Amino acid sequence: MIAEFGHFALALAFALALAQTVLPLWGVARGDARLMGAAAPLALGQLLACAAAFGALLTAFAVNDTSVINVVQNSHSAKPMLYKFAGAWGNHEGSMLLWVLILALCGGAVAGFGRDLPGVLRARVLAVLGLVALGFLAFVLATSNPFGRVWPPAPDGQGLNPVLQDPGLAFHPPLLYLGYVGYAVTFAFAVAALLEGRVDAAWGRWVRPWALAAWSFLTLGIALGSWWAYYELGWGGYWFWDPVENASLLPWLAGSALLHSAIVVEKREALKIWTLLLALLAFGFSLLGTFLVRSGVLNSVHAFASDPSRGTFILALLGIYVAGSLALFAWRAPAMAPTGLFAPLSREGALVLNNLLLCAMAAVVLAGTLWPMFADLLLDQKISVGPPFFNTAILPLVAPLLLAMAAGPLLPWKRARLWPVLQRLWWAALLAAGAVAVMLAFAGWRTGPALGFAAALWLIGGALADLTDRIALFRRPAAAWSRARGLPRAAWGAALAHGGLGLSLLGMAGMGLATDTLAALRPGATLNHAGYQWRLERLEDVAGPNWTARRATVTVLRDGAVVTVLTPERRSFPVAAGMTTTEAAIHTSLTGDLYAVLGEEQGDRAVLRVHHNILAPWIWLGALVMALGGALSLTDRRIRVAAPAPRSVLSAAGHGPDVSRPT
Amino acid sequence: MRRLLLALLLGAPLLATAHAVGLPSELLADPAQEQRARAIGRELRCLVCQNQSIEDSEADLARDLRRIVRERVAAGENDAQVIDYVHARYGDFVLLRPPLNAATLLLWGMPVLALGGGLLAILLLRRRGAPPPPPPLSAEEQARLAALEEQAPR
Repeated sequence: MIAEFGHFALALAFALALAQTVLPLWGVARGDARLMGAAAPLALGQLLACAAAFGALLTAFAVNDTSVINVVQNSHSAKPMLYKFAGAWGNHEGSMLLWVLILALCGGAVAGFGRDLPGVLRARVLAVLGLVALGFLAFVLATSNPFGRVWPPAPDGQGLNPVLQDPGLAFHPPLLYLGYVGYAVTFAFAVAALLEGRVDAAWGRWVRPWALAAWSFLTLGIALGSWWAYYELGWGGYWFWDPVENASLLPWLAGSALLHSAIVVEKREALKIWTLLLALLAFGFSLLGTFLVRSGVLNSVHAFASDPSRGTFILALLGIYVAGSLALFAWRAPAMAPTGLFAPLSREGALVLNNLLLCAMAAVVLAGTLWPMFADLLLDQKISVGPPFFNTAILPLVAPLLLAMAAGPLLPWKRARLWPVLQRLWWAALLAAGAVAVMLAFAGWRTGPALGFAAALWLIGGALADLTDRIALFRRPAAAWSRARGLPRAAWGAALAHGGLGLSLLGMAGMGLATDTLAALRPGATLNHAGYQWRLERLEDVAGPNWTARRATVTVLRDGAVVTVLTPERRSFPVAAGMTTTEAAIHTSLTGDLYAVLGEEQGDRAVLRVHHNILAPWIWLGALVMALGGALSLTDRRIRVAAPAPRSVLSAAGHGPDVSRPT
Repeated sequence: MRRLLLALLLGAPLLATAHAVGLPSELLADPAQEQRARAIGRELRCLVCQNQSIEDSEADLARDLRRIVRERVAAGENDAQVIDYVHARYGDFVLLRPPLNAATLLLWGMPVLALGGGLLAILLLRRRGAPPPPPPLSAEEQARLAALEEQAPR
């Protein structure tokens, strides 16, 4: 029953989404406030229906209902409860259901928190969100029903891929989808603005919290995925320029650009057209990522044919939403008069540079990701595009971006002079030079890490310079505390986010100096690496809830004193056809990770690979700080207290949409 | 295939089979040479894997290629010679840094193209975009303004 209930709730959500799309737009066209007002309750209803469907799927997984195909294929009774739940979204059908649930959540949030929005804008935004939900609910219902039954029921499930049975990966998809789908809201605002033919500071103020929230979640989601790859895959890397990683990086790049240009719209009413385009692009990239990942075109062109219905369906959705919105953009955007003059050297100018470089980076990542497919299909050439290409091609774009990033927040609006800004940054430059000198003393000259350390300290120094400047710490120390308390939280957030990127770069630069070594050891033998003694104590068999493992116990000593005891494992999952995973053992400290992986055994020796990953944890701590910066900006008073909407909106709506525009 | 898709859709780099730990016997005795061999290995693709370099993969083919690379490094060849040797046998597909040719010209030109195109668009928009100054106040508006200024409390 529970599966049928879920299926029914999903169909109900589809019907509600249809009504949510049609009724408000009809209401706007006829100037009927009641029809426009139907948008919010319909969005809330759709949220309830989606939540019921998702709850039904969770229940089926929790009770291990083996008459549901999806449960049979992705779960097993012996799995810990967390992974039974995670298994519900650890597969195509379930993750699509999570996707539409989060989309409905965003719609519900717009309906619930958007009471101050002008009626017409709110109706249009919710209608566009309804249209997006409509497409994806149709996709789930038509090609990816998670509630399919099988008869007779299987004795037990086939289990979840062992490498996915990990807490990091249980929370990775929901965070990532909150980011992806969050951009559906900025997309809806952009389409609504295009329909209305108007963008103003108030629009910028409504869009910014959504851009911020989506960006923060996406940052966290990407960081969590990268961290998982680092500790689960067991070869000590954190970013592989894999097509799937790139698919999540593209909306992040476009979203970062959107975040910044929305500030210009809000503060200066400039860059409006550009901001609209970025909002369309950010969601377009989210959809592109969804398509690339789910159709299978990326890992092999032939896999596309193995499930053509899904691939073509998402391609059609991608075409409708992206091409449709871009056509609308081409039609309506030229009518919007550009406003807000500024000199090239100004805060606005710096933000234009930020957008230019971020978009160029997105173009490079997009080209690198899709090129192998195009070369194969159109030129009949098989080529590979891997990390060496991306690192080489992206560096000339990243370097100027980081250089400008510290200076940008210090520039005044409209018109600036560079010299006073550089004067305030001289000690950030000094810090950067100092970091390179320290690296030189410890590790000798290495170009990549040297650039990384310099950029990291430059950004952290720049963020500190921005803050000390705003609170006048050195000019008027006595008043600094009260000024710090009066500083808008958005300013703290921006400095945190910029400094957080600096921290991440610090970790990446440190990883550039990481060392590792490989040895076959007998129990009792010691390996010297990176100034530590790694002593293999013993090898033993251990058993977990749904796995058995070979575990090594390694004592790490420094100058005779025990630093830590590491227990790397090789786990074997009998349910998953004996698949094995390596469980790296990691000792984390602020200066770096001690990382050990257990390899094959040869007679009485075990192969052990040990890494000294300098400053590695800062990569993810930095991302956390970035997301915190985003969250802090979200709590800014300007955003919490939404722009006042004209009270007359609903009553005026009866005379047609034109009069209800905010003034 | 299903698991492959599953790993893909969760944003995981593809990994299903390989967890390279390697064997100590594979390494070159000279640390400098080993360092070079590794750098070369990261430029070469494991042909039977998904986007993994031969250094990261545990597939047999990757192991063989690692051995070939190390043999040639030990024999005193420079980096370009080793890569050319593998390239000549396995074609462009083995290179993770695609060679510059007619088929990849656009790809390698993308940073310049994107930056140049963006700059051009910004310059054009700026030239076109200077908004006209607002029209001067009409006589009627002047009068209203004057009246307002009269009334305004000082």
